[in-house]
Amino acid sequence: MAEEAHSEGSGLVFHPLDQFIVKPLFGEGPIHWYTPTNVTLWMTIAVLCIVAVFVFGTRGRAIIPTRVQSVAEVIYGFIYKMIEDVTGHDGVKYFPYIMTLFLFILFSNYLGLLPTSFTPTSHIAVTAVLGFGVFIIVTLIGFVKNGASFLGLFWMADSPAILRPVIAVIELISYFVRPVSHSIRLAGNIMAGHAVIKVFAGFAAIAAISPVSILAIVAIYGLEVLVAGIQAYVFTILTCVYLKDALHPHH
Amino acid sequence: MEGDIASMGQFIGAGLAAIGSGAAAIGVGHVAGNFLAGALRNPSAAASQTATLFIGLAFAEALGIFSFLVALLLMFAV
Repeated sequence: MAEEAHSEGSGLVFHPLDQFIVKPLFGEGPIHWYTPTNVTLWMTIAVLCIVAVFVFGTRGRAIIPTRVQSVAEVIYGFIYKMIEDVTGHDGVKYFPYIMTLFLFILFSNYLGLLPTSFTPTSHIAVTAVLGFGVFIIVTLIGFVKNGASFLGLFWMADSPAILRPVIAVIELISYFVRPVSHSIRLAGNIMAGHAVIKVFAGFAAIAAISPVSILAIVAIYGLEVLVAGIQAYVFTILTCVYLKDALHPHH
Repeated sequence: MEGDIASMGQFIGAGLAAIGSGAAAIGVGHVAGNFLAGALRNPSAAASQTATLFIGLAFAEALGIFSFLVALLLMFAV
């Protein structure tokens, strides 16, 4: 069906979802797990940028920070304070994991906004690994820290006794939907934004409406810059919320 | 003939799923508007609640993204 819709076209010069196709970097052929593709290329670039800012940028450890060092310090302090506020002091132990998640998502989102680049976080395959990773780790932490009393998260002791089993079922379902919504939220937001930009870019080929559509691209691009930051923030803060549930299931 | 009816159903379904995006927009506006109303009444407490604001926005928006995803699946994956 995808091929059919593609060839029939809808008047657009190119298909708005073409930008999300995973291609091998060198030549054609089937994609194996070891094939270098545009996804691996942009993931690598994101990691290299993170290393450049956070390892080489802060190497001087100056008392008066340089520009790169102060950017790194602001991001570090921001995430540290967020974990402390949301999960409490015992959540600070998991700071490296949450910082890694935040930096990878933030840098992938922002690098994906460069023209002709590729956004790894626009693929559910990438975000699902991040989301389910958070889910599995948080569940393990909950059971290791609290033992069987972690199940108290689903048993609302202060609700009426008749309702408790019903609420337990609803809570259980909502707990298992968490990784799905956690990952689809990020991928969906990024994918939708990039697809909208491409749709307006397709309209720019029609002379009569091209000024309007170019203005619309500029406006939506500004919105996307905002969304890229906010979605990285939202993913991280939801990780903190889930971690708080695992560390303190009774609050 | 059957294929035509099936693809018609696809397009109608995708269009119906787009209503969900509008509904999510109402939800997001409701969250942000109520936050602003509360923040203007007590500006000193507003800064400490921005995290809650973004969590609320994320939950409201996720449902709209789900319906967008259903529309995309109907258009390109079915």
